[in-house]
Amino acid sequence: MRNFTGEQASSCVMPVRVPGSCIRSVRFRRFQASAALSALVIGLVLLGVPAQTLSAAPAQQPYESASLPVKLGPIDDLVFARLQQLHIEPARPCSDAVFVRRAFLDVIGRLPTPAEAREFIQNSAPAKRDALIDQLLARDEFADYWAMKWSDLLRVKAEYPINLWPNAAQAYHRWIRSSLHEGKPFNQFARELLVANGSNFRVGPVNFYRALQSKDATSIAQSVALIFMGARTEHWPADRVAGLAGFFNQVGYKSTSEWKEEIVYWDPGKAPPTGTAPARFPDGTLATLPVGRDPRAVFADWLLAPDNPWFARAFANRVWSWLLGRGIVQEPDDFRADNPPVNPELLTYLEHEVTRSGHDLRQLFRVILNSQTYQLSCVPNSGHPEAAANFAAYPLRRLEAEVLIDAINDITGTTEKYSSAIPEPYTFIPDEARAVELPDGSITSSFLEMFGRPPRDSGLASERNNHTTAGQRLHLLNSSHIRRKLEQGPRLAELLRGRPREVTDRLFLAILSRFPTDEERALVSERLKSGRGNSRDAALDLAWALINTAEFLHRH
Amino acid sequence: MQNPFASDDVWQACTSGPESTGTHSLTRREALRRGFLCTAGALLANNLSLQALAAPLASPKANVPLTKAKSVIQIWLWGGACHLDTFDPKPGAGAEFTGPLTGAAATNVTGMQIGTLLPLLAQQADKYSLVRSLTHGSNGHETAAYMVQTGRPTGDRYVFPSMGAVVSLFKGYEAGYQGLIPPHIVLTELQGRFSEAGFMGQRYKPFATGGDPAKMPFAVEGVVAPGLSEIRQQDRRQFLGRLNLLPRVMPDDPVLTASARAETQAYDLILGDAGKVFDASREPAALRERYGRNTFGQSCLMARRLVESGVPFVTINYKGWDTHKRHFEIMRNKLPELDRGLAALLQDLADRGLLESTIIWCGGEFGRTPRVQWEAPWNGGRGHHGRVFSALLAGGGFKGGQVVGASDAQGEDVADRPVHPSDLIGSIYELLGIAPDARLPHPEGLAVTAYPPVPEGSSTSGRLREIM
Repeated sequence: MRNFTGEQASSCVMPVRVPGSCIRSVRFRRFQASAALSALVIGLVLLGVPAQTLSAAPAQQPYESASLPVKLGPIDDLVFARLQQLHIEPARPCSDAVFVRRAFLDVIGRLPTPAEAREFIQNSAPAKRDALIDQLLARDEFADYWAMKWSDLLRVKAEYPINLWPNAAQAYHRWIRSSLHEGKPFNQFARELLVANGSNFRVGPVNFYRALQSKDATSIAQSVALIFMGARTEHWPADRVAGLAGFFNQVGYKSTSEWKEEIVYWDPGKAPPTGTAPARFPDGTLATLPVGRDPRAVFADWLLAPDNPWFARAFANRVWSWLLGRGIVQEPDDFRADNPPVNPELLTYLEHEVTRSGHDLRQLFRVILNSQTYQLSCVPNSGHPEAAANFAAYPLRRLEAEVLIDAINDITGTTEKYSSAIPEPYTFIPDEARAVELPDGSITSSFLEMFGRPPRDSGLASERNNHTTAGQRLHLLNSSHIRRKLEQGPRLAELLRGRPREVTDRLFLAILSRFPTDEERALVSERLKSGRGNSRDAALDLAWALINTAEFLHRH
Repeated sequence: MQNPFASDDVWQACTSGPESTGTHSLTRREALRRGFLCTAGALLANNLSLQALAAPLASPKANVPLTKAKSVIQIWLWGGACHLDTFDPKPGAGAEFTGPLTGAAATNVTGMQIGTLLPLLAQQADKYSLVRSLTHGSNGHETAAYMVQTGRPTGDRYVFPSMGAVVSLFKGYEAGYQGLIPPHIVLTELQGRFSEAGFMGQRYKPFATGGDPAKMPFAVEGVVAPGLSEIRQQDRRQFLGRLNLLPRVMPDDPVLTASARAETQAYDLILGDAGKVFDASREPAALRERYGRNTFGQSCLMARRLVESGVPFVTINYKGWDTHKRHFEIMRNKLPELDRGLAALLQDLADRGLLESTIIWCGGEFGRTPRVQWEAPWNGGRGHHGRVFSALLAGGGFKGGQVVGASDAQGEDVADRPVHPSDLIGSIYELLGIAPDARLPHPEGLAVTAYPPVPEGSSTSGRLREIM
């Protein structure tokens, strides 16, 4: 496989130690990495670290495994075929330490404990990755984490600008979470949302029809297209939007004697506004609406018919984009003719996988997580402009606001104060609440706001902002909030007790989910011995520094 | 010097957009160029229409009338202050309206009166004008605050950005602001009720300082860490640099490069000179005293320092005005504090020649019920009142010594010249030189004007021409 232009390849002629690379292929990135590590080595030598601890070290980095990528299933066949066609070399498989951290973060939104990380890394069973994936999919936190993600899209928020109200937001979230927990097939999940009737306080899914800034049929159609078809009606011709809206003219709303309660129901007597277009499916077919049948159910039948690819395809693409950092159609909620999938065969395969599994979310996760494609390292082997779009490496992404603060709390043994300004009733949030579990977007903290938690205003996937700002770096480096956690957190205090080598290992396992490399061990031990301040301060500085490394702050 | 709180966002959004190369490293110049092209909310990735993208970029430069105002200090009387007790006294209305505050203070402008507990402000009346006929009719904190902050009606499909976010767009980094301090600072905590930036997103959110400017040091969250010496900061930074392995393994990764830049900028604030703006200890003691040694007073001093250093929008979120109970007791404590801080701010800005270029506006989401609620459970409180309320406006081109509009004899309704919040905001934007046709970047590419239109059916007599 050739992967670079001659110009870039020539840089490999430089006499740099690159294990086995120039023969097999030109590994430009690896060259840079090892040069950087050489710089580190030189730095350490200057620091007076004994040379023998470093001399034998090959360009060591803990992110990749030594082997080459191997196709593990149909996903890899399709992804690697495309990469080969484009002359893109995929990254190496990720190391076990990277995998355990990645799988925990991606499947259940939390870090492995130091014990879980250690056990996985030291386990020599050949099928340990598959086994870990199954264990994680069975954990309760799977439902917590993915309920958060779906709540972003379904706009679960008590107030502003969408007035769901606290009780209703909680009922909505509870329904989403328990649907995920029990493994409700996703076509059924969609149908229950689409045809829901009842009280906003009692029947969670009716809030789908309330989580809109306005309750007219066109707004409903806009939300239905976005959530279930991954399509933005702004890009549709007007008659297609009007045709879809035709299914939602009879959604009725009425209040009750209980304050803020609202009943959503099918109101067959509701006359559509004059000039309203007849119900027409998005494929252009005119719908027949039988008397006595809720038009929403007619639409759900069409959407969820086994031979209608829209739903399964949009669903598969969303899950893929969550796990692989970008959609096969990107943005993941922008399906349209002039935004084609980057790998159509892959999308078709996943779509079939969804229907074959009976719309089983966990099964779709399992298939993706067990692929070599998902298990590639984040260190790219190719600078090809199409590499990232074709999944040639696992993409780095900053941890989401909620996951990040939960991780810091888990490491330090501290909690957060979350609050909602929305009264009637004021929401009580227990101290031990995890950010990922918060049932309502109106419950928040300044940390969550600063780190780009989505406002849940639009249902667009792009609402979540994982970009790093100077303000965020200030906060993690230097705020009293994070400093208090490090200095006073009881669990971190436990980790800091003991001999320097043990403390170092424990901190690396707790924060980076891996053991330190030899170079890192040397660097840390030199610092611990240097006598700057007392030993607790030195250990605290290590914890502080690890929490501020790019490796901690990103999925990798 | 770069625009620290913005550039990373922009830079990163653009390099990870659909036209990005993923692992290509961009030169700084190229990154900035792209950054600038995507500043409109960094939304290329969302297929923002070119027209919508171009509009806000063109507008800070094009059609800009010559104006003096450069900055805004917004003093937000959070919870709603009573117009009768502050800027619209009704000494003749009788005790059931005035409560124990039966008088009014004469000011240094003939015929203009102000609340009896605001004697220092009374001596500065030539510097400010009072609007006494604001109205929107809402009595809910969140709805009213949204309307006053955005000038838009609620219940629209989109959440509009507040004044601070809009000014951050038109007076911030896109308009040439180069400070390391973010363009919208909140002293000290966010309101948090609605998202300040609305659909413009995280990039336009204000930076809330946290801490308390009345304490020494003012522990601005993230910038000032009491007890950590500069040497220890330097040492930790160096250690982190050595320990940070991933960026060395992936030196060209755009996500990591952007993150590293954000970190450099963060340290510029922690260790460099820019953060010193938050250290008021070098101000003369007498001046600090004049502002009042309390959180509000020192926030006013801090606002002056920030504006002086070029920050275009400073909000002081001044809590404690939602006085359903113990109203007069609280007023006797709070009004002297407001009086002292705001009067000192006006005088100080004028002394430094900054009042010409700085708009001050002081008000809240609504007024309070003119008739005192003596019955239980209030026992002398005032409820919410959105039918008419007041605001103080000064500087930046607003004339002083004027009264705009009037409420009726009891302060219950507008009697003359209704002013809707959209006209208050429009007047401020106009003085800041925001172009009449300026657009806001919208995530779905909708054409949204920066100036809030007057909502249908609301009565208003237009922008505040009398005092502009």
